[in-house]
Amino acid sequence: MLIDWFTILAQAINFMLLVWLMKRFLYKPILHAIDEREKRITKELADADTKRSEAEKERERFQKKNEDFDRHRDELLSKVNNEAKSERQRLLDEARQAADVLRTKRQDALKREQQSLNDEITRRTRREVFAIARKTLTDLSGTSLEEVISEVFIRRVRELNNETREDLATALKTSSEPVLVRSAFELPSEQRSAIQRALNEEFSIEIQVRFESTPEVISGIELTSNGRKVSWSIADYLTSLEESIDELLKEQSRPEVQSEAKAALKPESGTKSTALEEHK
Amino acid sequence: MRLSPDEIIFWQHGFLKLNATILFTWGLMLVLAVASKLITHRLSIGLKRSRWQNLLEIIVTAIEKQIEEVGLSQPRKYLGFLGTLFLFVGAASLCTVIPGYESPTGSLSTTAALALCVFVAVPLFGIWERGMGGYLTSYMKPTFIMLPFNIISELSRTLALAVRLFGNMMSGAMIIGILLTITPFLFPIVMTLLGLLTGMVQAYIFFILATVYIAAGTRVRKSTAEPKVNIEA
Repeated sequence: MLIDWFTILAQAINFMLLVWLMKRFLYKPILHAIDEREKRITKELADADTKRSEAEKERERFQKKNEDFDRHRDELLSKVNNEAKSERQRLLDEARQAADVLRTKRQDALKREQQSLNDEITRRTRREVFAIARKTLTDLSGTSLEEVISEVFIRRVRELNNETREDLATALKTSSEPVLVRSAFELPSEQRSAIQRALNEEFSIEIQVRFESTPEVISGIELTSNGRKVSWSIADYLTSLEESIDELLKEQSRPEVQSEAKAALKPESGTKSTALEEHK
Repeated sequence: MRLSPDEIIFWQHGFLKLNATILFTWGLMLVLAVASKLITHRLSIGLKRSRWQNLLEIIVTAIEKQIEEVGLSQPRKYLGFLGTLFLFVGAASLCTVIPGYESPTGSLSTTAALALCVFVAVPLFGIWERGMGGYLTSYMKPTFIMLPFNIISELSRTLALAVRLFGNMMSGAMIIGILLTITPFLFPIVMTLLGLLTGMVQAYIFFILATVYIAAGTRVRKSTAEPKVNIEA
Protein backbone atom coordinates (compact mmCIF):
# COMPACT_ATOMS: atom_id res chain seq x y z
CA MET A 1 0.00 0.00 0.00
CA LEU A 2 1.52 3.29 -1.14
CA ILE A 3 -0.64 5.44 1.05
CA ASP A 4 -0.33 5.17 4.78
CA TRP A 5 -3.00 7.21 6.54
CA PHE A 6 -1.09 7.65 9.74
CA THR A 7 1.90 8.95 7.83
CA ILE A 8 -0.33 11.34 5.88
CA LEU A 9 -1.71 12.69 9.14
CA ALA A 10 1.71 12.88 10.71
CA GLN A 11 3.18 14.59 7.66
CA ALA A 12 0.31 17.08 7.54
CA ILE A 13 0.91 17.90 11.21
CA ASN A 14 4.64 18.01 10.56
CA PHE A 15 4.09 20.38 7.69
CA MET A 16 1.86 22.64 9.78
CA LEU A 17 4.53 22.61 12.46
CA LEU A 18 7.16 23.46 9.88
CA VAL A 19 5.02 26.31 8.63
CA TRP A 20 4.83 27.70 12.12
CA LEU A 21 8.58 27.19 12.70
CA MET A 22 9.47 28.86 9.45
CA LYS A 23 7.19 31.74 10.15
CA ARG A 24 8.66 32.12 13.60
CA PHE A 25 12.35 31.73 12.73
CA LEU A 26 12.65 32.67 9.10
CA TYR A 27 10.02 34.87 7.49
CA LYS A 28 9.22 37.15 10.35
CA PRO A 29 12.78 38.11 11.29
CA ILE A 30 13.95 38.29 7.70
CA LEU A 31 11.02 40.39 6.54
CA HIS A 32 11.35 42.53 9.61
CA ALA A 33 15.02 43.10 8.89
CA ILE A 34 14.27 43.96 5.27
CA ASP A 35 11.48 46.34 6.26
CA GLU A 36 13.66 48.00 8.85
CA ARG A 37 16.43 48.42 6.35
CA GLU A 38 14.08 49.86 3.79
CA LYS A 39 12.64 52.22 6.35
CA ARG A 40 16.10 53.23 7.38
CA ILE A 41 17.20 53.82 3.81
CA THR A 42 14.06 55.81 3.09
CA LYS A 43 14.62 57.84 6.21
CA GLU A 44 18.25 58.39 5.36
CA LEU A 45 17.33 59.45 1.85
CA ALA A 46 14.69 61.79 3.19
CA ASP A 47 17.20 63.14 5.69
CA ALA A 48 19.74 63.61 2.96
CA ASP A 49 17.12 65.40 0.89
CA THR A 50 16.23 67.64 3.78
CA LYS A 51 19.84 68.31 4.52
CA ARG A 52 20.57 69.05 0.90
CA SER A 53 17.69 71.45 0.62
CA GLU A 54 18.75 73.06 3.88
CA ALA A 55 22.30 73.33 2.63
CA GLU A 56 20.98 74.81 -0.59
CA LYS A 57 18.98 77.35 1.37
CA GLU A 58 21.96 78.08 3.57
CA ARG A 59 24.14 78.52 0.53
CA GLU A 60 21.66 80.88 -1.05
CA ARG A 61 21.38 82.84 2.15
CA PHE A 62 25.14 83.13 2.43
CA GLN A 63 25.44 84.10 -1.19
CA LYS A 64 22.86 86.79 -0.71
CA LYS A 65 24.61 87.94 2.45
CA ASN A 66 27.90 88.06 0.62
CA GLU A 67 26.39 90.05 -2.20
CA ASP A 68 24.80 92.44 0.25
CA PHE A 69 28.05 92.76 2.09
CA ASP A 70 29.96 93.45 -1.12
CA ARG A 71 27.45 96.01 -2.22
CA HIS A 72 27.45 97.64 1.16
CA ARG A 73 31.22 97.69 1.22
CA ASP A 74 31.36 99.21 -2.25
CA GLU A 75 28.84 101.82 -1.24
CA LEU A 76 30.77 102.63 1.90
CA LEU A 77 34.03 102.73 -0.01
CA SER A 78 32.67 105.05 -2.64
CA LYS A 79 31.08 107.18 0.06
CA VAL A 80 34.33 107.33 1.98
CA ASN A 81 36.18 108.11 -1.24
CA ASN A 82 33.82 110.94 -2.03
CA GLU A 83 34.05 112.22 1.50
CA ALA A 84 37.82 112.05 1.41
CA LYS A 85 37.82 113.90 -1.90
CA SER A 86 35.53 116.60 -0.64
CA GLU A 87 37.48 116.80 2.60
CA ARG A 88 40.70 117.12 0.67
CA GLN A 89 39.15 119.80 -1.49
CA ARG A 90 37.88 121.58 1.58
CA LEU A 91 41.24 121.38 3.33
CA LEU A 92 42.99 122.57 0.20
CA ASP A 93 40.54 125.44 -0.11
CA GLU A 94 40.99 126.31 3.52
CA ALA A 95 44.77 126.16 3.19
CA ARG A 96 44.58 128.29 0.05
CA GLN A 97 42.34 130.77 1.78
CA ALA A 98 44.60 130.83 4.80
CA ALA A 99 47.57 131.34 2.52
CA ASP A 100 45.70 134.09 0.70
CA VAL A 101 44.79 135.75 3.96
CA LEU A 102 48.36 135.45 5.14
CA ARG A 103 49.68 136.82 1.88
CA THR A 104 47.19 139.67 1.94
CA LYS A 105 48.09 140.39 5.53
CA ARG A 106 51.75 140.32 4.71
CA GLN A 107 51.20 142.52 1.72
CA ASP A 108 49.15 144.87 3.83
CA ALA A 109 51.78 144.87 6.51
CA LEU A 110 54.42 145.51 3.91
CA LYS A 111 52.36 148.29 2.41
CA ARG A 112 51.72 149.81 5.79
CA GLU A 113 55.35 149.54 6.64
CA GLN A 114 56.26 151.17 3.39
CA GLN A 115 53.64 153.79 3.96
CA SER A 116 54.83 154.54 7.44
CA LEU A 117 58.39 154.62 6.22
CA ASN A 118 57.35 157.03 3.49
CA ASP A 119 55.44 159.11 5.96
CA GLU A 120 58.36 159.17 8.30
CA ILE A 121 60.72 160.11 5.52
CA THR A 122 58.29 162.77 4.33
CA ARG A 123 57.86 164.14 7.77
CA ARG A 124 61.55 164.27 8.45
CA THR A 125 62.30 165.70 5.08
CA ARG A 126 59.73 168.41 5.51
CA ARG A 127 61.08 169.22 8.87
CA GLU A 128 64.63 169.23 7.58
CA VAL A 129 63.70 171.25 4.53
CA PHE A 130 61.72 173.59 6.67
CA ALA A 131 64.60 173.93 9.08
CA ILE A 132 67.11 174.38 6.28
CA ALA A 133 64.89 176.87 4.52
CA ARG A 134 64.26 178.73 7.73
CA LYS A 135 67.92 178.83 8.57
CA THR A 136 68.94 179.74 5.06
CA LEU A 137 66.39 182.49 4.76
CA THR A 138 67.26 183.83 8.18
CA ASP A 139 70.95 183.70 7.45
CA LEU A 140 70.62 185.21 4.03
CA SER A 141 68.17 188.07 4.51
CA GLY A 142 67.52 188.32 8.16
CA THR A 143 63.83 187.88 7.54
CA SER A 144 61.87 185.21 9.19
CA LEU A 145 60.50 182.27 7.22
CA GLU A 146 56.95 183.25 8.08
CA GLU A 147 57.51 186.59 6.51
CA VAL A 148 58.79 185.08 3.32
CA ILE A 149 55.95 182.58 3.22
CA SER A 150 53.43 185.34 3.59
CA GLU A 151 55.11 187.25 0.81
CA VAL A 152 55.10 184.24 -1.41
CA PHE A 153 51.42 183.64 -0.63
CA ILE A 154 50.56 187.27 -1.40
CA ARG A 155 52.49 187.06 -4.62
CA ARG A 156 50.67 183.92 -5.53
CA VAL A 157 47.31 185.55 -4.90
CA ARG A 158 48.35 188.48 -7.07
CA GLU A 159 49.62 186.23 -9.82
CA LEU A 160 46.51 184.02 -10.08
CA ASN A 161 45.46 183.36 -13.65
CA ASN A 162 42.23 184.90 -14.85
CA GLU A 163 40.02 181.84 -14.65
CA THR A 164 41.00 180.99 -11.11
CA ARG A 165 40.79 184.58 -10.08
CA GLU A 166 37.22 184.83 -11.40
CA ASP A 167 36.21 181.60 -9.73
CA LEU A 168 37.64 182.78 -6.46
CA ALA A 169 36.08 186.22 -6.80
CA THR A 170 32.64 184.68 -7.33
CA ALA A 171 33.20 182.46 -4.33
CA LEU A 172 34.28 185.37 -2.21
CA LYS A 173 31.35 187.46 -3.24
CA THR A 174 28.72 184.76 -2.73
CA SER A 175 30.15 183.54 0.54
CA SER A 176 28.35 184.81 3.62
CA GLU A 177 31.03 183.59 5.96
CA PRO A 178 34.43 185.23 6.27
CA VAL A 179 37.32 183.85 4.24
CA LEU A 180 39.39 181.37 6.15
CA VAL A 181 43.15 181.72 6.03
CA ARG A 182 44.94 178.93 7.73
CA SER A 183 48.61 178.76 8.45
CA ALA A 184 50.98 176.42 10.19
CA PHE A 185 52.11 179.16 12.50
CA GLU A 186 50.59 182.18 14.19
CA LEU A 187 50.74 184.94 11.62
CA PRO A 188 52.15 188.24 12.95
CA SER A 189 49.79 191.20 12.63
CA GLU A 190 51.96 192.74 9.90
CA GLN A 191 51.55 189.76 7.70
CA ARG A 192 47.87 189.55 8.52
CA SER A 193 47.27 193.10 7.43
CA ALA A 194 49.45 192.55 4.35
CA ILE A 195 47.35 189.55 3.34
CA GLN A 196 44.15 191.49 4.07
CA ARG A 197 45.39 194.34 1.99
CA ALA A 198 46.48 192.19 -0.86
CA LEU A 199 43.13 190.41 -1.00
CA ASN A 200 41.18 193.67 -0.83
CA GLU A 201 43.25 195.13 -3.61
CA GLU A 202 43.12 192.09 -5.74
CA PHE A 203 39.37 191.50 -5.60
CA SER A 204 38.41 195.12 -5.09
CA ILE A 205 36.00 194.39 -2.29
CA GLU A 206 36.16 194.43 1.48
CA ILE A 207 36.83 190.87 2.44
CA GLN A 208 36.23 189.50 5.90
CA VAL A 209 39.21 187.33 6.80
CA ARG A 210 39.48 184.93 9.66
CA PHE A 211 42.93 183.75 10.58
CA GLU A 212 43.56 180.31 12.03
CA SER A 213 46.68 178.36 12.81
CA THR A 214 46.80 174.61 12.25
CA PRO A 215 49.87 172.39 12.11
CA GLU A 216 48.31 170.45 9.21
CA VAL A 217 49.29 173.15 6.77
CA ILE A 218 52.98 172.53 6.97
CA SER A 219 54.99 175.63 6.67
CA GLY A 220 52.40 177.25 4.41
CA ILE A 221 49.33 179.40 4.09
CA GLU A 222 45.98 178.34 2.72
CA LEU A 223 43.00 180.42 1.73
CA THR A 224 39.63 178.75 1.64
CA SER A 225 36.32 180.21 0.59
CA ASN A 226 33.19 178.43 -0.39
CA GLY A 227 35.07 175.37 -1.64
CA ARG A 228 37.73 177.35 -3.56
CA LYS A 229 41.25 177.24 -2.32
CA VAL A 230 44.53 179.08 -2.89
CA SER A 231 47.51 177.82 -1.02
CA TRP A 232 51.18 177.58 -0.79
CA SER A 233 53.07 175.25 1.46
CA ILE A 234 56.28 173.43 1.62
CA ALA A 235 54.19 170.24 1.38
CA ASP A 236 53.90 170.77 -2.37
CA TYR A 237 57.61 170.49 -2.74
CA LEU A 238 57.69 167.65 -0.35
CA THR A 239 55.08 165.69 -2.32
CA SER A 240 57.36 165.78 -5.29
CA LEU A 241 60.20 164.55 -3.14
CA GLU A 242 57.95 161.84 -1.71
CA GLU A 243 57.06 160.61 -5.13
CA SER A 244 60.61 160.30 -6.21
CA ILE A 245 61.42 158.39 -3.03
CA ASP A 246 58.39 156.18 -3.65
CA GLU A 247 59.67 155.39 -7.05
CA LEU A 248 63.05 154.57 -5.69
CA LEU A 249 61.55 152.19 -3.11
CA LYS A 250 59.43 150.42 -5.65
CA GLU A 251 62.39 149.91 -7.92
CA GLN A 252 64.27 148.34 -5.07
CA SER A 253 61.47 146.00 -3.94
CA ARG A 254 60.60 144.79 -7.47
CA PRO A 255 63.70 144.64 -9.54
CA GLU A 256 62.22 142.04 -11.91
CA VAL A 257 59.36 144.31 -12.96
CA GLN A 258 61.55 147.35 -12.95
CA SER A 259 60.98 148.34 -16.50
CA GLU A 260 57.23 147.95 -16.23
CA ALA A 261 57.11 149.88 -12.98
CA LYS A 262 59.13 152.65 -14.56
CA ALA A 263 56.83 152.77 -17.51
CA ALA A 264 53.83 152.96 -15.27
CA LEU A 265 55.30 155.54 -12.97
CA LYS A 266 56.68 157.93 -15.54
CA PRO A 267 53.46 159.44 -16.83
CA GLU A 268 52.13 159.65 -13.27
CA SER A 269 55.15 161.58 -12.06
CA GLY A 270 54.94 163.64 -15.18
CA THR A 271 51.41 164.84 -14.45
CA LYS A 272 52.31 165.47 -10.83
CA SER A 273 55.25 167.62 -11.83
CA THR A 274 53.13 169.63 -14.25
CA ALA A 275 50.57 170.13 -11.50
CA LEU A 276 53.30 171.29 -9.21
CA GLU A 277 54.71 173.61 -11.79
CA GLU A 278 51.30 175.13 -12.17
CA HIS A 279 51.06 175.55 -8.41
CA LYS A 280 54.41 177.30 -8.32
CA MET B 1 11.98 -3.21 -4.68
CA ARG B 2 11.03 -0.47 -2.28
CA LEU B 3 8.82 2.26 -3.72
CA SER B 4 8.45 4.50 -0.70
CA PRO B 5 10.41 5.33 2.48
CA ASP B 6 7.17 4.55 4.29
CA GLU B 7 8.16 0.95 4.08
CA ILE B 8 11.15 1.41 6.35
CA ILE B 9 9.53 1.22 9.74
CA PHE B 10 11.63 1.78 12.84
CA TRP B 11 8.97 1.48 15.50
CA GLN B 12 5.32 0.50 15.49
CA HIS B 13 2.62 0.36 18.13
CA GLY B 14 -0.73 -0.47 16.64
CA PHE B 15 -1.82 2.50 14.49
CA LEU B 16 1.16 4.61 15.56
CA LYS B 17 4.42 4.05 13.74
CA LEU B 18 7.71 5.74 13.18
CA ASN B 19 8.88 5.23 9.59
CA ALA B 20 11.72 6.79 7.57
CA THR B 21 9.41 9.37 6.01
CA ILE B 22 8.46 10.86 9.35
CA LEU B 23 11.98 10.60 10.66
CA PHE B 24 13.58 12.29 7.68
CA THR B 25 10.86 14.95 7.76
CA TRP B 26 11.74 15.66 11.34
CA GLY B 27 15.36 15.80 10.37
CA LEU B 28 14.60 18.29 7.61
CA MET B 29 12.41 20.32 9.94
CA LEU B 30 15.17 20.38 12.49
CA VAL B 31 17.79 21.43 9.95
CA LEU B 32 15.57 24.14 8.46
CA ALA B 33 14.47 25.49 11.82
CA VAL B 34 17.91 25.43 13.42
CA ALA B 35 19.57 26.96 10.36
CA SER B 36 16.92 29.69 10.25
CA LYS B 37 17.27 30.30 13.95
CA LEU B 38 21.05 30.46 13.73
CA ILE B 39 21.07 32.77 10.80
CA THR B 40 18.27 35.03 11.96
CA HIS B 41 19.67 35.06 15.48
CA ARG B 42 21.68 38.13 14.70
CA LEU B 43 20.07 40.01 11.90
CA SER B 44 21.48 43.25 10.76
CA ILE B 45 19.14 45.98 9.67
CA GLY B 46 22.06 48.04 8.44
CA LEU B 47 23.57 48.00 5.00
CA LYS B 48 26.21 45.47 6.02
CA ARG B 49 24.99 41.94 6.64
CA SER B 50 26.29 38.40 6.70
CA ARG B 51 26.35 36.15 3.63
CA TRP B 52 23.87 33.76 5.17
CA GLN B 53 21.46 36.54 5.95
CA ASN B 54 21.89 37.78 2.41
CA LEU B 55 21.11 34.29 1.08
CA LEU B 56 17.98 34.00 3.18
CA GLU B 57 16.85 37.46 2.20
CA ILE B 58 17.30 36.57 -1.47
CA ILE B 59 15.28 33.36 -1.05
CA VAL B 60 12.49 35.01 0.93
CA THR B 61 12.20 38.03 -1.34
CA ALA B 62 12.29 35.77 -4.43
CA ILE B 63 9.42 33.67 -3.07
CA GLU B 64 7.51 36.81 -2.17
CA LYS B 65 8.02 38.18 -5.65
CA GLN B 66 6.89 34.94 -7.26
CA ILE B 67 3.68 34.90 -5.21
CA GLU B 68 3.01 38.47 -6.19
CA GLU B 69 3.68 37.77 -9.87
CA VAL B 70 1.14 34.97 -9.89
CA GLY B 71 -1.50 37.43 -8.82
CA LEU B 72 -1.74 37.62 -5.07
CA SER B 73 -1.54 41.28 -4.27
CA GLN B 74 -0.61 40.73 -0.62
CA PRO B 75 2.07 38.07 -0.78
CA ARG B 76 3.00 38.28 2.90
CA LYS B 77 -0.29 36.73 3.96
CA TYR B 78 0.50 33.58 2.00
CA LEU B 79 4.26 33.60 2.39
CA GLY B 80 4.25 31.36 5.45
CA PHE B 81 2.30 28.55 3.82
CA LEU B 82 3.49 28.75 0.22
CA GLY B 83 7.08 29.59 1.08
CA THR B 84 7.30 26.65 3.44
CA LEU B 85 5.91 24.36 0.73
CA PHE B 86 8.68 25.39 -1.60
CA LEU B 87 11.41 25.27 1.02
CA PHE B 88 10.36 21.88 2.33
CA VAL B 89 10.05 20.25 -1.09
CA GLY B 90 13.23 21.98 -2.28
CA ALA B 91 15.22 21.00 0.81
CA ALA B 92 13.91 17.44 0.56
CA SER B 93 15.13 17.25 -3.04
CA LEU B 94 18.47 18.91 -2.33
CA CYS B 95 19.27 16.47 0.44
CA THR B 96 19.19 13.54 -1.99
CA VAL B 97 22.92 14.14 -2.50
CA ILE B 98 23.45 12.82 1.01
CA PRO B 99 24.10 9.05 0.94
CA GLY B 100 21.54 6.97 2.77
CA TYR B 101 19.01 9.77 2.66
CA GLU B 102 15.49 8.96 1.57
CA SER B 103 13.51 11.96 0.41
CA PRO B 104 10.22 12.27 2.31
CA THR B 105 8.68 13.66 -0.89
CA GLY B 106 9.40 10.32 -2.44
CA SER B 107 6.56 8.98 -0.29
CA LEU B 108 3.02 9.29 -1.63
CA SER B 109 1.88 9.82 1.95
CA THR B 110 3.95 12.99 2.22
CA THR B 111 2.90 14.40 -1.13
CA ALA B 112 -0.71 13.48 -0.40
CA ALA B 113 -0.42 15.24 2.95
CA LEU B 114 0.98 18.33 1.23
CA ALA B 115 -1.73 18.17 -1.44
CA LEU B 116 -4.35 17.81 1.27
CA CYS B 117 -2.93 20.84 3.00
CA VAL B 118 -3.28 22.79 -0.26
CA PHE B 119 -6.75 21.32 -0.71
CA VAL B 120 -7.74 22.63 2.72
CA ALA B 121 -5.81 25.88 2.42
CA VAL B 122 -7.46 27.02 -0.84
CA PRO B 123 -11.01 27.27 0.56
CA LEU B 124 -9.69 28.59 3.87
CA PHE B 125 -7.82 31.43 2.18
CA GLY B 126 -10.77 31.93 -0.16
CA ILE B 127 -13.24 32.28 2.70
CA TRP B 128 -10.82 34.43 4.64
CA GLU B 129 -10.48 36.72 1.67
CA ARG B 130 -13.98 36.79 0.23
CA GLY B 131 -16.28 35.48 2.97
CA MET B 132 -18.11 32.20 3.08
CA GLY B 133 -20.84 33.12 0.62
CA GLY B 134 -18.51 34.74 -1.82
CA TYR B 135 -16.30 31.69 -1.89
CA LEU B 136 -19.06 29.12 -2.16
CA THR B 137 -20.81 30.91 -4.99
CA SER B 138 -17.57 30.74 -6.95
CA TYR B 139 -18.31 27.00 -7.44
CA MET B 140 -21.44 27.86 -9.34
CA LYS B 141 -19.74 30.11 -11.82
CA PRO B 142 -20.44 30.67 -14.64
CA THR B 143 -23.67 28.63 -14.04
CA PHE B 144 -24.84 26.24 -11.31
CA ILE B 145 -24.47 23.41 -13.82
CA MET B 146 -20.74 23.82 -13.40
CA LEU B 147 -20.92 22.99 -9.67
CA PRO B 148 -20.13 19.24 -9.95
CA PHE B 149 -17.41 19.89 -12.47
CA ASN B 150 -15.86 22.49 -10.23
CA ILE B 151 -15.89 20.06 -7.32
CA ILE B 152 -14.40 17.32 -9.46
CA SER B 153 -11.74 19.69 -10.70
CA GLU B 154 -10.93 20.63 -7.12
CA LEU B 155 -10.47 17.01 -6.12
CA SER B 156 -8.67 15.92 -9.23
CA ARG B 157 -6.16 18.70 -9.08
CA THR B 158 -5.33 17.79 -5.51
CA LEU B 159 -4.81 14.22 -6.56
CA ALA B 160 -2.72 15.35 -9.52
CA LEU B 161 -0.64 17.55 -7.27
CA ALA B 162 0.12 14.69 -4.92
CA VAL B 163 0.85 12.11 -7.57
CA ARG B 164 2.91 14.45 -9.76
CA LEU B 165 5.36 15.23 -6.99
CA PHE B 166 5.46 11.68 -5.73
CA GLY B 167 5.93 10.27 -9.22
CA ASN B 168 8.73 12.58 -10.06
CA MET B 169 10.61 12.17 -6.81
CA MET B 170 10.05 8.45 -6.65
CA SER B 171 11.03 7.95 -10.28
CA GLY B 172 14.24 9.88 -9.69
CA ALA B 173 15.16 7.58 -6.84
CA MET B 174 14.06 4.53 -8.84
CA ILE B 175 16.13 5.47 -11.87
CA ILE B 176 19.21 5.96 -9.74
CA GLY B 177 18.54 2.61 -8.05
CA ILE B 178 18.19 0.84 -11.40
CA LEU B 179 21.17 2.56 -12.96
CA LEU B 180 23.34 1.66 -10.00
CA THR B 181 22.85 -1.99 -10.82
CA ILE B 182 23.78 -1.45 -14.51
CA THR B 183 26.52 1.16 -14.53
CA PRO B 184 27.76 1.61 -11.01
CA PHE B 185 30.07 4.60 -11.38
CA LEU B 186 29.42 7.41 -13.83
CA PHE B 187 25.74 7.39 -14.64
CA PRO B 188 24.32 7.57 -11.12
CA ILE B 189 26.24 10.81 -10.49
CA VAL B 190 24.87 12.40 -13.65
CA MET B 191 21.41 11.14 -12.76
CA THR B 192 21.76 12.50 -9.25
CA LEU B 193 22.55 15.91 -10.73
CA LEU B 194 19.55 15.58 -12.99
CA GLY B 195 17.54 14.50 -9.94
CA LEU B 196 18.60 17.65 -8.15
CA LEU B 197 17.41 19.70 -11.08
CA THR B 198 14.07 17.91 -11.41
CA GLY B 199 13.70 18.09 -7.62
CA MET B 200 14.06 21.86 -7.67
CA VAL B 201 11.77 22.11 -10.68
CA GLN B 202 9.20 19.99 -8.87
CA ALA B 203 9.49 22.11 -5.79
CA TYR B 204 8.90 25.18 -7.91
CA ILE B 205 5.96 23.56 -9.74
CA PHE B 206 4.35 22.43 -6.53
CA PHE B 207 4.75 25.85 -5.02
CA ILE B 208 3.53 27.73 -8.09
CA LEU B 209 0.53 25.46 -8.57
CA ALA B 210 -0.50 25.89 -4.96
CA THR B 211 -0.12 29.63 -5.41
CA VAL B 212 -2.24 29.59 -8.54
CA TYR B 213 -4.96 27.59 -6.83
CA ILE B 214 -5.01 29.95 -3.88
CA ALA B 215 -4.95 32.96 -6.21
CA ALA B 216 -7.89 31.52 -8.15
CA GLY B 217 -9.76 30.80 -4.91
CA THR B 218 -9.20 34.22 -3.39
CA ARG B 219 -9.73 36.31 -6.49
CA VAL B 220 -13.00 38.19 -6.70
CA ARG B 221 -14.23 37.18 -10.12
CA LYS B 222 -15.25 40.38 -11.72
CA SER B 223 -14.64 39.12 -15.20
CA THR B 224 -14.84 35.71 -16.74
CA ALA B 225 -11.22 35.89 -17.64
CA GLU B 226 -9.43 33.50 -15.28
CA PRO B 227 -5.73 33.10 -14.97
CA LYS B 228 -4.94 30.13 -17.10
CA VAL B 229 -1.80 28.42 -16.04
CA ASN B 230 -0.89 25.15 -17.54
CA ILE B 231 2.16 23.73 -15.99
CA GLU B 232 2.70 20.07 -16.46
CA ALA B 233 5.65 18.04 -15.50
